[in-house]
Amino acid sequence: MATALTSQVVYERPESLADTPTTYCPGCTHGVAHRLVAEVLDEMNLRESAIGVAPVGCSVFAYNFFNVDFVQAAHGRAPAMATGIKRVLPDRTVFTYQGDGDLASIGMSEIMHVGMRGENITVIFINNAIYGMTGGQMAPTTLPGQKTSSSPNGRDVEQTGYPARMAEVLSTLDGSGYVVRRSLHDPKNIRLAKKAIRMAFKTLQRGRGFSMVELLSTCPTNWGFTPTQALEWLVEHMIPAYPLGDYKVNPALAGLKL
Amino acid sequence: MARELLEGNLAMAEAAVRAGLEAYFGYPITPQTEILEWLSHRMPELGRAFLQAESEVAAVNMVYGAACTGARVMSSSSSPGVSLMMEGLSYIAGTEIPAVLIDVVRGGPGLGNIAPSQGDYNQIVHGGGHGDYHPIVLAPASVQEAIDLVVMAFDLAEKYRTITIVMADGSIGQMMEPAELPPMRPIKTDRPDWAVDGSPDRDRRFLSSIYINPEEEEVCNYRLMETWNRIQENEIRFREYYLDDAEIVVVGFGTAGRIALSAVRSARAEGIPVGLLRPITLSPFPAAQVSELAKTAQTILVVEMNAGQMLADVQLHSSGRVPVEFYGRMGGMVPFPDEILAEIQRVARGPVVPNGDPRRAWMKRFKPGRN
Repeated sequence: MATALTSQVVYERPESLADTPTTYCPGCTHGVAHRLVAEVLDEMNLRESAIGVAPVGCSVFAYNFFNVDFVQAAHGRAPAMATGIKRVLPDRTVFTYQGDGDLASIGMSEIMHVGMRGENITVIFINNAIYGMTGGQMAPTTLPGQKTSSSPNGRDVEQTGYPARMAEVLSTLDGSGYVVRRSLHDPKNIRLAKKAIRMAFKTLQRGRGFSMVELLSTCPTNWGFTPTQALEWLVEHMIPAYPLGDYKVNPALAGLKL
Repeated sequence: MARELLEGNLAMAEAAVRAGLEAYFGYPITPQTEILEWLSHRMPELGRAFLQAESEVAAVNMVYGAACTGARVMSSSSSPGVSLMMEGLSYIAGTEIPAVLIDVVRGGPGLGNIAPSQGDYNQIVHGGGHGDYHPIVLAPASVQEAIDLVVMAFDLAEKYRTITIVMADGSIGQMMEPAELPPMRPIKTDRPDWAVDGSPDRDRRFLSSIYINPEEEEVCNYRLMETWNRIQENEIRFREYYLDDAEIVVVGFGTAGRIALSAVRSARAEGIPVGLLRPITLSPFPAAQVSELAKTAQTILVVEMNAGQMLADVQLHSSGRVPVEFYGRMGGMVPFPDEILAEIQRVARGPVVPNGDPRRAWMKRFKPGRN
C-alpha cells in the first residue's frame, strides 16, 4: 500500500506581484520591498482595488513588476498624481513607491503637501542614500562624508548641506496618520517592515490620513560593495543617521490588531 | 437657457461643470482666479472633486493622475503658471490621455503683469513641453464663444485622447457680456477601456509615458503624429468676415481678432475692401484657408497682442505669395480699433515693405508704451 504524500506550499509568488523578472541589480533591496508590498496587498485583499504610482528612478518600472493597476509619474510628482487619482476614486487603495531623490529632492513640495492635506494615500519610501538609476550621484539623503559620483571626495556639508530625515519631517504634520522608518537589512527587520506596510495600508483603509513607511535600503552597485557588505554598511552608517522607529501613529491606530 | 450677463471666467468654469467636469485642480493666479473660486464651491455642492493644489506643477500632475482614471478633468491657469505646467502637459501628451486646460493669458515675459495678452501663442501652440506633441488650442473672442469652446474642449480631448487648451486672454476672462450657458449634462458613467481605475475582475492596466526602447518610442511618436493628422483633417475651425471680395485680409484671433473686426467694419464703411479671418483653432492652424487667401488677397495684415507669434504661421502658409504686414501690442497692452483701422488705411495705400520683414517694419513705425 502506497503512502500518501502530503505537500504544503511554503513559498509562492504573491498574486500582486507580476511574473516578470525585475530589472534591479543583484543584492538590491527593491525586490524585497516589492514583495512585502505585494504580500500585504494579497493578505488584505486589496489587489483589485489598488492603484500604484511609480516614480522616476530605479523603480520607474515598478508598474511592470506589480500585478495591480499602475501609472507612472513625472520625477517627484507621484504624490500629486496619487492625489488626483484618490480624489476621483476615494475608495481605491492608492499608493506611491518612491526613492529618495524622487521624494526628498525634486518632489519635496509634493510629499510635504500630501502630508499637510492628510491625503489618504500610502507612500513606500525607499531610502538608499544615493541616486541609483543615474549611476550613483549624491542624494538628499546621502550621509556626510559619503562618496558618490557627484561628491567624489565625500559629501561636504559645508558645501552641500545636510541629509533630510523625511520620516521625522513628515511626522510633524497634522495630516500624517502613520509615519515610520524600518530597515530591510535582515529577516527580523524585514518582518517588522512588512508589519509597518500593513499598518500603513490599514491607515489608508480607515481614512486616518497620510501614511508613509520609509525603508532603509541598499544599493550595492553604486555604493561599490558586495550585497553583504552593503547590508553591513547600512547597519553601521545608515541606522545611526536614520534611527528606526515610529514617528507618528494616529491614536486611533494604536493597539490595532494586525 | 436664458441669456445672462456673465463674467468670462465664471462662464468658462460653469460651462465646464455643465459639460460634466468631474475633478478640478488649480492654483490661484490672476487673471483666472475666478475660475478656481467658482469651482471651489460649485464642485463640492455637486459632490465632485475640487482641490486647490500647492503649485501649478502639482495641479497639472493631479490632473494627470485623475485623467488616467478616465474621468473628465481640467485645470486652469495663466501664463507663468502654464509655463510651470509644461512638464505635466508633455507627460499627459506622451501617455495619450485626455485633459483640458484653460489658459487666461497675461502680459510677460517673467512675472510681467496681469493685463490681457496673447503672448502664450508660442508656448502653447508650438511648444512648451518636450517632445513631439500637438495640443488642440481653441481661442475664444467672446464670453459666449468661451463657453462653447470649453464644452467642445472636453469632447475633442476625449475623441483624440489629447490635451485641449482653451487659450483666452485676460479681457475674455474678466469682462462681462450677455451669454447663454449650456444645459447640465449628466456625468458620464462609462469608463474607457484604457482607464486605470482599480476595477476588479479584469487584467491589470497601466498608463505611462515611458518607452525605454527607442523603437517603441518611435512607434508612439508615429501614433501621436497620426492622431495629429486626423485632428488637422477634421478639426480646423475659423470665422470669416467680409472675405468674399477682400483685397486686404486681416488675420487675428481672440480679443485681437474681435477688435480687428471693429476696425474692418469701419474700413468697409470707408469703402476699403478689407475682410477678416479669425482662427478659432490655433492648433490645428487654418493653414489651407491662409494659403487660399494668399492667392486672392493683395495684402495680409496680421494683428496680435504679442510681438508676432502667429505671424510666423501666416507667413509660412502664405508662402511668400502675398506681402504680409504686422501690427501688434505687447506686454498687456490692448489695441484700440482706431490703431488697427490706421494700419488698414496704411496698407490700403500700398504695402510699405512688400518683401521685407514685417516685424521689423512694424517696429520702425511703432512707438511702444503709448495709450
